[in-house]
Amino acid sequence: MLRVFRYWVTLYRRTWRGSIVINVLNPLLFLIGIGAGLGALVDDNAPAQIAGVSYAAFFAPGMLAAAAMQNAFLEGSAGVARAAGFGAYRSATPTPLRPEQLAAGHLLFITFRVLIASGAFIVVMAAFGLIGGWWALGALLGATLTGVAFAAPAAAWAVGVRKLRHIDTVFRFVIMPLYMFSGTFFAVSQLPEWIRPVSYLLPLWHGVELCRTLSLGTATITGSSVHIAYLLTLAIGGFLVARVTYRRRLHP
Amino acid sequence: MTTVAVPAWTRRRALALIERNFMIYRRSVTPLLNALVEPILYLLSIGVGVGMLVGTVPGVDVPYAAYVGPAILATTAMNTAFNQTSFGVFIRMRVEKTYEAILPTPLSVTDIAVGEVTSAMINGLLTSIGFLTLMAVGGLVTSAWVLLALPASLLISYAFAAGGLAVTTYLRDFPDFQYIQLFMLPMYLFATTFYPLSVYPEAVRPLIQALPLYHSIELVREPALGHLSWDLLIPVAYLLAFGSVAMYVATRRMTRAMLR
Amino acid sequence: MVSTHPLVEARDLTKVYPARGSTPEFRAVDGIDFALERGESFGLLGPNGAGKSTTMRMIAATSPISGGSLRVLGMDPMKQGPEIRARLGVVTQDDHLDNELTVRENLHIYGRYFGLPRAVIRERATRLLDFAQLQEKAGDQVETLSGGMRRRLTIARSLINEPDILLLDEPTTGLDPQARHILWDRLFQLKQQGVTLILTTHYMDEAEQLCDRLVVVDHGRIVAQGSPQELIHRYATREVLELRFRLDERDTAAEKLRTSVLATGGTDAEGRVELLPDRVLVYTADGEAALATVHAMSLTPLTALVRRATLEDVFLKLTGRSLIE
Repeated sequence: MLRVFRYWVTLYRRTWRGSIVINVLNPLLFLIGIGAGLGALVDDNAPAQIAGVSYAAFFAPGMLAAAAMQNAFLEGSAGVARAAGFGAYRSATPTPLRPEQLAAGHLLFITFRVLIASGAFIVVMAAFGLIGGWWALGALLGATLTGVAFAAPAAAWAVGVRKLRHIDTVFRFVIMPLYMFSGTFFAVSQLPEWIRPVSYLLPLWHGVELCRTLSLGTATITGSSVHIAYLLTLAIGGFLVARVTYRRRLHP
Repeated sequence: MTTVAVPAWTRRRALALIERNFMIYRRSVTPLLNALVEPILYLLSIGVGVGMLVGTVPGVDVPYAAYVGPAILATTAMNTAFNQTSFGVFIRMRVEKTYEAILPTPLSVTDIAVGEVTSAMINGLLTSIGFLTLMAVGGLVTSAWVLLALPASLLISYAFAAGGLAVTTYLRDFPDFQYIQLFMLPMYLFATTFYPLSVYPEAVRPLIQALPLYHSIELVREPALGHLSWDLLIPVAYLLAFGSVAMYVATRRMTRAMLR
Repeated sequence: MVSTHPLVEARDLTKVYPARGSTPEFRAVDGIDFALERGESFGLLGPNGAGKSTTMRMIAATSPISGGSLRVLGMDPMKQGPEIRARLGVVTQDDHLDNELTVRENLHIYGRYFGLPRAVIRERATRLLDFAQLQEKAGDQVETLSGGMRRRLTIARSLINEPDILLLDEPTTGLDPQARHILWDRLFQLKQQGVTLILTTHYMDEAEQLCDRLVVVDHGRIVAQGSPQELIHRYATREVLELRFRLDERDTAAEKLRTSVLATGGTDAEGRVELLPDRVLVYTADGEAALATVHAMSLTPLTALVRRATLEDVFLKLTGRSLIE
């Protein structure tokens, strides 16, 4: 598993310049464009309307979790499908490495990537004075956990995907709506009452809540435990399924 | 450099390439719907969702969503057209090698470029019509002048389709597309899509006003809000010039690369 | 319209790719002359990188010439590219079929590129699908076709405008033997119908079957031309004796043969010995007699084969290397 992990790290060292664009710059641009820019309008209209803080402070941890989801999903789906189709998995199949080791190694690598990207984002948040205190470091783990909760099921599915187009479709119809309506940009409490329960079922909502409460210092033990349990279930469940689907695709 | 001269009578043959692109679209409307998903999500979540927090934009007396809608329409036309001549053309040029089969036919490289840009413009127009319809259904249309958005979307598509084509001639591999993202995403976020120019400090404004998307948004939003003035000729001239320069660069570079 | 001038005429035709960064200037085609008459079947032969494909692209008016002159159908490819291309059919080395379209749609859109009316295309497409033995595949996506089928579709596609000249760049490379034979049969049929063919190949049997006249090119220059029979007659002997030796015996045997009467001529005025990595070729008018001479020298080849000389032998003699390197 560590060998697989090291392989991906080596590969990453060659391509980091490209991926840094997506992983770090993307959410940062949103933080500035939406958090600061649009935030100026929000704060003018109704200062400290949401959770008693500026819009940027509200939005930033949401973006942190959402970015973790997007990065982890993309690497866990497109990255895995490519590796299974014509990349690293193909060349590893004839070696003694077992498919579940490939899965675990790749997921470990994705975790590591999400951790790095989230860390960079939190540093920027701190620089802008958008975090409540040391508690925010918990948000780093929260974001990473959110990433894994998406990467594992994504990998379990994508290892069997033969057309990258399908990943595009899932991204567009599942990940994008999650990103938009899980409380990233505005609080779920703003939604009409009848639809709110649906939001509480969305995995990203748990990620966003976990990160936001930790970042703003309003986390409760019960609340955080529920979020963590939900995300952990997805991560572990995803990995268990991945063990089966990896074996099915790589050792048919 | 040497070019193969092209008599004017072959120009109409660019139509054949448009026919080809639409033979593929005809089979399913998915690409068109796909192009609408993202703008609709943005309109709902930022326009409506965050709009509740914004109230109205200073100096604008319509709901925030009605302010953002036309801008998102402009970005939709932009993205549809741009994607077709960047991703689409790159794949046809480097992966599928579609043009290799077209070169031995009477079509010239210029015909190929014109055909691709025109198909992209048609696509840009179609998605704009789709988005405008949805805006109207959602009650976000406040002035009949919003219909000017349709000719505007053709012009926007022209500028960005030509721009996409020109940029594509510089790309070597798929990872290079990330550098395009590096330009397109900030432009999307900062070219007054979500808030007016007045949010920016005085010193930054000329920078924003230099962006092609800024002019595209002006061209759609101003009439949509019922503001008509001769000032609209500025974005028209800007986009025409931008598209034409890009078209010149694209054709030149494509000819050089393909007629080796 | 009957024209008096050749269909294609090249004089001192040259193609130079200018130096680019660390890549030095490259003369792909270095002053070649040839003329091609209507109804002829003309082959360009040469190893990889000899300049065959470049010559084809210049004739097809998709690559500007660097020097000399070239007339295609009496026109200048640099100025009248579209008019020339309208009357050519081109089969490039790779198929470049439109993978997003079906078999019939590929023919349709290609016809549209030539500005043909839909009704004309429909009628021709049906005929061409027949010709290419692809009737049953008409509605299938191109992706599902085998290599041989793709090739036949590419040829059918190139015929949609009923071209005056059909250019084929290595039409059968990469195909299995059955697929090649089907394709040869189709091309032979076209030739019978009077279509002018220009083809490049590095298969000698293909050249012998399909070409009336051949040009052998190497390093961008023409090293020989003539009909297949003329070339064999001029550059090879009637028969060839192929010998293989045990590894430990090979070098001494080769040395002996090289200094023997077989190499220097002696009784057989045309005699010549060629050493290849894996075998020794003895060019001779009488293979059996030559083999007797070998035995008389008390050499014991593992295998000995007497065969007729082929274009391959001509090729080896002219370029000193094998066709596919």
